[in-house]
Amino acid sequence: MEIVVASSVAVLTAGGVYLILRLRTFPVILGLALLSYAVNIFLFASGRLASGLPPVLSRYGDATYTDPLPQALVLTAIVISFGMTAVLVIVALGAFLESGSDRIDIAPPEDDAAPQESHR
Amino acid sequence: MSREGVFLLVMSALPFLGALIPGLMIRAGRTACATFAAVPTALALTMLLILAPSVMQGEVIRVELDWLPQLGLSVSFFLDGLGLLFAGMILGVGLLVTLYARFYLSSDDPMGQFYTYLLLFQGAMLGIVLSDNILLLLIFWELTSLSSFLLIGYWKHLPEGRQGARMALAVTGGGGLAMIGGMLILGNIAGSYNLTDILTQGDAIRASEWYLPALILILLGAFTKSAQFPFHFWLPHAMAAPTPVSAYLHSATMVKAGVFLLARMWPVLAGTDAWFYIVATTGLITMVLGALIALFKNDLKALLAYSTVSHLGLLTMLLGFGTKFAAIVAVFHIINHLTFKAALFMTAGIVDHAVHSRDIKRLGGLRHLMPITFVIGTVAALSMAGIPLFNGFLSKEMMLDEAARTGWAGSAWVVPALATLGALLSVAYSFRFIMHVFFGPVRDDYPAEPHDPPFGLWAAPALLVVGVVLIGLVPALVVGPLVAVAGGAVIGGGELPYYSLKIWHGVTPALFMSAAAVLGGLLLLWRHAPLDRVWLAAPRPEAKVIFDRLIAAAVSLARRITDRAHDGAMSRYLAIFVVATVALGAVAWTGGGTPPPTRGLQPVPLVVAIGWALLLVAAVSVVVTHRSRFLALVLISIIGLMISAGFVYLSAPDLALTQIAVETVTIMLLLLALHFLPKTTPIESGWFRRIRDGMIAAAAGGGVGALAYVFLLRDVDTISGYHLENSYVGGGGTNVVNVILVDFRGYDTYGEIIVLAIAGLVIFAAIEALLSGPAAARIRNTNYTQDRSRDRHPLMMVVATRVMMPIAIMVGVYIFLRGHNQPGGGFVAGLVISIALLMQYMASGFAWAQARQRIGYHTMIGWGVLIAGLTGAAAWLAGRPFLTSAFGYVHLPPIEEFELATAMAFDLGVFLAVLGAVMLMLYSLSRIARYAGETQNADPMDFDPSERKTDPKEGV
Repeated sequence: MEIVVASSVAVLTAGGVYLILRLRTFPVILGLALLSYAVNIFLFASGRLASGLPPVLSRYGDATYTDPLPQALVLTAIVISFGMTAVLVIVALGAFLESGSDRIDIAPPEDDAAPQESHR
Repeated sequence: MSREGVFLLVMSALPFLGALIPGLMIRAGRTACATFAAVPTALALTMLLILAPSVMQGEVIRVELDWLPQLGLSVSFFLDGLGLLFAGMILGVGLLVTLYARFYLSSDDPMGQFYTYLLLFQGAMLGIVLSDNILLLLIFWELTSLSSFLLIGYWKHLPEGRQGARMALAVTGGGGLAMIGGMLILGNIAGSYNLTDILTQGDAIRASEWYLPALILILLGAFTKSAQFPFHFWLPHAMAAPTPVSAYLHSATMVKAGVFLLARMWPVLAGTDAWFYIVATTGLITMVLGALIALFKNDLKALLAYSTVSHLGLLTMLLGFGTKFAAIVAVFHIINHLTFKAALFMTAGIVDHAVHSRDIKRLGGLRHLMPITFVIGTVAALSMAGIPLFNGFLSKEMMLDEAARTGWAGSAWVVPALATLGALLSVAYSFRFIMHVFFGPVRDDYPAEPHDPPFGLWAAPALLVVGVVLIGLVPALVVGPLVAVAGGAVIGGGELPYYSLKIWHGVTPALFMSAAAVLGGLLLLWRHAPLDRVWLAAPRPEAKVIFDRLIAAAVSLARRITDRAHDGAMSRYLAIFVVATVALGAVAWTGGGTPPPTRGLQPVPLVVAIGWALLLVAAVSVVVTHRSRFLALVLISIIGLMISAGFVYLSAPDLALTQIAVETVTIMLLLLALHFLPKTTPIESGWFRRIRDGMIAAAAGGGVGALAYVFLLRDVDTISGYHLENSYVGGGGTNVVNVILVDFRGYDTYGEIIVLAIAGLVIFAAIEALLSGPAAARIRNTNYTQDRSRDRHPLMMVVATRVMMPIAIMVGVYIFLRGHNQPGGGFVAGLVISIALLMQYMASGFAWAQARQRIGYHTMIGWGVLIAGLTGAAAWLAGRPFLTSAFGYVHLPPIEEFELATAMAFDLGVFLAVLGAVMLMLYSLSRIARYAGETQNADPMDFDPSERKTDPKEGV
């Protein structure tokens, strides 16, 4: 099970990093989404893995539980990463609508004269 | 705290409190404003006078309040002889300047501002001289730099004023930074930041290997502030300030701060060769150079400015000699310089005010036209020249006396000769001030009709020259005790050396030097015109040009580096960031060892393996097919789904719920955005770049994966045991995750919902700005129709969502209510209900859904944050810290016993904020559609069969 989780984190991170190094906004947003998954799983895994041991207290005396703290942290992280993604999407959208280009790099000066591309 | 201590504390706070008054009083008129600005100063001065008798008897008054004891910073003040002298000067001259400025400033000048700045400066200056903690002293030191910046640049319309203010701030502020370093070293050597403690450790400090660095850094601070060569150039440029400012800051107080510091640190730092050669030499050069430049300046204030530089050099030199006698002379000369120089600045201001010119070449012959000014100016200038019967003579004689006995690097004549030269030049420019302004023929081309000013304007300088004469005639009677007590404080207690404050000391070497200086000075003035031509013809380095060039070079260097490092290529920054992070991780990894694994691998059931395979395939496919954006979106939702499933398996039901809900809204959001973005990503990067990025990505992924694998096999001590134990007992809930969110770490959650709320508002604002800008036209002119469905509001979907709406809301409420004890809670409930609402928007259209929305999303966010905040604050009423929760159990037949907790109200706030923020985000995004030529729908369906049946004419 540990290998499953670690390899998922690895693949998601690698995919996310590759995508954030692309030159257009949309792949970068996708890349950040993948990275968010990876980070959330990573944080969650820091509580170690347990199956069948929910963090809900049992009425019937002693029981073993899973670590609730990383779960609480990851729960808010998931919601916040949604907020972050939303803001990024709007920034990307605004930049595209204002400038007509969805590149993330500011073009070096000599490219200024190049004709604006059209996507449609 | 003793009564004296309280007085001291109040006294140092008064100017700062008083700084608020002028701004309020300016509406009551200029005189009222000035009067009320004088009140705090006068009160502080009165307190000082009440404290003075005990200080004069050798007592030291102290007060201390802890501020940041961890840093060694305390609000501690002490008043000894030196402090008394300077505090008296600051408050006394402050009072005179307040009076003078009332008549000097014109009715166009914002007087309230002026007095506020002046009082701020006064408070800072008072703080420097009274601080008993060197960290506190540094704070006040920087405050004087800042407040003098405001004062010098007071006439904002004058470019010279602004430039002068900037230069003064750059030079004195820079010196202040150096001094911070020096003071910290000093405090480290002494083991205490308390000045009183430091002053007792002179021997240890001088013996320390860190003595020289500390000395140089502290001297940098003192020399820049006191305009010593080569930092003297800022002072003349600061003369663009109004004359009251020049009289106050640039003769009496601020420029003396450096001298004060030298005097304050004298017992600790003085007495070494390094001290003598650095301080005395700098002082000597500054004295001669300042006097020389002053002789050839035509602007009255520039002449006085350079003469001030020269006299500050004299004081520095005296303190640099390192003998007790010289230190006492310095104290005496500080008093004398204060009286005549402030009077001279005010005289210059009066002349400027009356004649509208400060240019010596355009003045002359004013003695009959402005007799009162003539008398005041002449007496003060004679004192500056060091003519007998005036106070300047006494301290100059003692200075020459000491100089005659001082050797420099084995040579006995360097110091006396240069000191005499300085005195000679001083005589020359002082007499030039008198002769070229007041004597000579009356001219008929004054820019304005010269006349004596009103009493208010000449009262202050007149009072000062009365002091000049009195000290000059009977020094021992007037200032003898003050000099003794202040001088005693400078030399750090112990025997006072023999000295006598009197006019006739007999025929001494100093007398001959003095006589030579007067004769030579007069000779120089007689030949001034030809010398002036030589001076003007000679090449001189212009300090301002050099300074400006240095600043420009620094700016362009900084700009080059910034342009280079931030070339706008974000992909490059990110690549650098990732590589650097991976490299740091690798370094850390190789640097430390890992303990052996303590946990075994857990088995992988078949279902999990299938989910894992799905996730991996989807993740790889996203990367491979990311150019086709819709496809990538569909694939990414598979990943989200698999992760939720994984959370279910790994005992995290709350996370699974949240993940699946967030996944849904994220995909909706991205779909909405993609509608307006290009649908494909063009191929832009070549093979090399792709392989390079792939390697970076593989390294990052491999590193993170390996890290996760390593820690997953090892146990760890967590604080979760506490949460599990106290969740039910202290928080009243059995779902520990939820209790952590709303109780243990409620403050975090509170911050997080605020972040989410801000994100929602940011998106709203961004769209608002976008739609009111040029982008709106672009959207309008783009054809989006080919993306649009032919059946925008399908019948089946409308009916299904309508039926599901109450059920979905019921589920949301249920998830919310059970949250404290079972998986669920405000976050998930908010997301579930927002999905239910979004379905209505999707099925029936924006306009239709919007028309049925009762509560604005902004309001919802506001209430959410407010409810959460108020719930937290309610704990204060019970005397508990913010967000302490309370709970109890209620039994209401026929319902089963249930629980009521304040955490529920907090969770309600979370719920509302999440719902409002999510809805606001998606709602804002879909508003763009209106601009894209989307048709507005008032009806839930494009084709409504029910309406067609009843009334065919009013169909679609």
